[in-house]
Amino acid sequence: MLNRELKKHVLNALQQGLRYDNRGMDEYREITVEMGISKNAEGSARVKIGGTEVLAGVKMAVEKPYPDRPNDGMLMVNVELTPLSSPDFESGPPRDDAIEIARVTDRGIRESKAIDLTKLNLVPGEKSWSVMIDLVSINDEGNLLDASALAAMAAIINTRMPGLTDKQTVDYKTHTNNKLPLNDFPVAITVFRIGDKLIVDPLLDEIEAMDARLTITSMEDGTICAMQKGGEGSFSLEQIEEMLNIAQRKAAELRSKVKR
Amino acid sequence: MTFNRPDGREFDEMRPIEAKAGIIARADGSGYFKIGDTIALAAVYGPRDLYPKFMQDPTKGVLRVKYNMMPFSGSGDRVRPGASRRSREISFVTERALLSAVNLEDFPNAVVDVFIELPQTDAGTRCAGICAASIALADAGISMKDMVAAVSCGKVGDTLLVDLSYAEEAVEDLPVADMPVSFLPRSGKAVLLQMDGQITKDEILRALEMGKEACEKIYDIQKNALKEKFLKGEQDA
Amino acid sequence: MGNLLVQDKSVVVPGEAIAEGMDFLPASGTFREGEKIIASKLGLINVDGRVVRLIPLAGKYLPKSGDTIIGKVSDVTFSGWRLEINSAYTAMLGLKDATSSFIMRGADLTKFFTFGDFIVAKIINVTSQNLVDLTLKGPGLRKLSEGRMIYVSPHKVPRIIGKQGSMVMMLKESTGCNIVVGQNGVIWLSGKPEDEIKAVSAIRKIEAESHMSGLTERIKTHLGNGNTGENNDIQQA
Repeated sequence: MLNRELKKHVLNALQQGLRYDNRGMDEYREITVEMGISKNAEGSARVKIGGTEVLAGVKMAVEKPYPDRPNDGMLMVNVELTPLSSPDFESGPPRDDAIEIARVTDRGIRESKAIDLTKLNLVPGEKSWSVMIDLVSINDEGNLLDASALAAMAAIINTRMPGLTDKQTVDYKTHTNNKLPLNDFPVAITVFRIGDKLIVDPLLDEIEAMDARLTITSMEDGTICAMQKGGEGSFSLEQIEEMLNIAQRKAAELRSKVKR
Repeated sequence: MTFNRPDGREFDEMRPIEAKAGIIARADGSGYFKIGDTIALAAVYGPRDLYPKFMQDPTKGVLRVKYNMMPFSGSGDRVRPGASRRSREISFVTERALLSAVNLEDFPNAVVDVFIELPQTDAGTRCAGICAASIALADAGISMKDMVAAVSCGKVGDTLLVDLSYAEEAVEDLPVADMPVSFLPRSGKAVLLQMDGQITKDEILRALEMGKEACEKIYDIQKNALKEKFLKGEQDA
Repeated sequence: MGNLLVQDKSVVVPGEAIAEGMDFLPASGTFREGEKIIASKLGLINVDGRVVRLIPLAGKYLPKSGDTIIGKVSDVTFSGWRLEINSAYTAMLGLKDATSSFIMRGADLTKFFTFGDFIVAKIINVTSQNLVDLTLKGPGLRKLSEGRMIYVSPHKVPRIIGKQGSMVMMLKESTGCNIVVGQNGVIWLSGKPEDEIKAVSAIRKIEAESHMSGLTERIKTHLGNGNTGENNDIQQA
């Protein structure tokens, strides 16, 4: 519930260059990335940004490719904002916020061609590898989107393809040492506007005070591959330019947290 | 002929256990319970307002449990998100086990929600879930007559075993009986009992004794997990 | 006749036997079972002569008449306002207890307090049904204006306030911030941003080290050293 007085106070501190936990405007909280946190997954990771924690797991299957893409593998991203992680989340089908995180993460991976889906076909029109990424929130202290997108890529990098039987069905008991065919490492950075100040990695108080936000996903060479605006407020063109700069800069930093 | 456990354990030996309290900051209470390769996370929210209002009971509170396995947690295919018949059954038997211990009169008209999620599974999942949930309830300051511990017992061939792994449950050339049990450690009373397979009455009673003993060991581990959280502050200073 | 089974001031978990013997009297957080006195919550044992009491280390705020709390307006009705007070139960602030000025029937109550407003109020009554009545009539009771809210465990509030308010007074004087500490664990601060950061850091430190002695000195040093934000724990001999 938005409280104007509290929002004014957040903004007042920001005007003086101060955030409630004494961080810089473009500073992330401590980020830790752990790979291989779930043995049964083909790939997995845990990302913590401050107190926010997300688990990512990759499962692979062999399925019939989409009719309009008979020579490609498939990718799917699903997000569960579990009731474990916040009193505001309920169990049940994904609501808008979970769907948004899933689709923005998906776009980032797909448009950057992070996974070369053309190399995941087994039999044209008949069988392809399907890469299914599940992101599960464990604790929400703000910035679930950036944490989820980073966890997804870490899990993808951690993935080792399962074996195939002679009949070209998955043999989950055998793990090869083959990684997924990877081309790039997209990183999502969400920049928040509060008043005329731009910040990254907001605290819960800052999210309450937000006017608008822009998620920018960029590739290793800085090319932008996905964007998503949220919030009811607007941006000036100058602000958008500044946010793009912030995103490109911070993406390199977050990327370095994942051991490749 | 005795069955030799693939991982070399004794018939009454549990897999290595690790337990922690307070690992989810936003929850009112939380617990982590790892036994072998099965990991359960539990979070408790409450007591809090119960909706819809007609469910409110002025004499006592309500306990609600939701158990879920993460899509990537099992060996084999991905598990589609959402409640399955199995997860719903586990949710309500877990609820019943915990209800034996929780003092509902302490929070009339309100609800305590328990959420259990498993990021990695290797059999014994509902038992790990109960152990984690009990830690979470205590961590949340909920009033309870006792902690609740649980372990899977069972039989492979002629051998009674404690804490069956997935490999043991999946044995094909010998008959297998799987019997998850849960006890209130102090009173030794059973609060969860399920079985599938074939087993004699005598074997059930012997397996229950083994299960009870194992649950007492689990209780010590749960106790330490909770105490550790408070003593940690002293060690850091 | 009787003896303590655990040390006084030690941490106990639900179901743990604290003492045995009919001489002991179980007080809140404990119950008698046969010869033994058992803990029903996670907490610290406090033995006062024959009375065995448990000081809870966790749990939501339990509303008590006379407490000053900070609540958040969650609903506006015809007869007043409903507030969330970090408890299992919501509280009501009725028209007649809100202000001395006359409010006309049918007036728009949101003009006084609206959704999301934070209010310092006093609990005047807790009914047997756990309904909480509040009043705004009294010194210091008011709607809170611009400031920052933080949430602490209600069990830490006594340490944050200190003996006769000495700790919170030290925080106010040292940081120059306006600070209101609600018994329900909600704290409002207002001052210069850098001073607020200093005060919040000190409060978090009190929370973390509340069970240790020499706290006042350590907080004094922490405030004096211009510590902000990060947990710069000062090692004290």
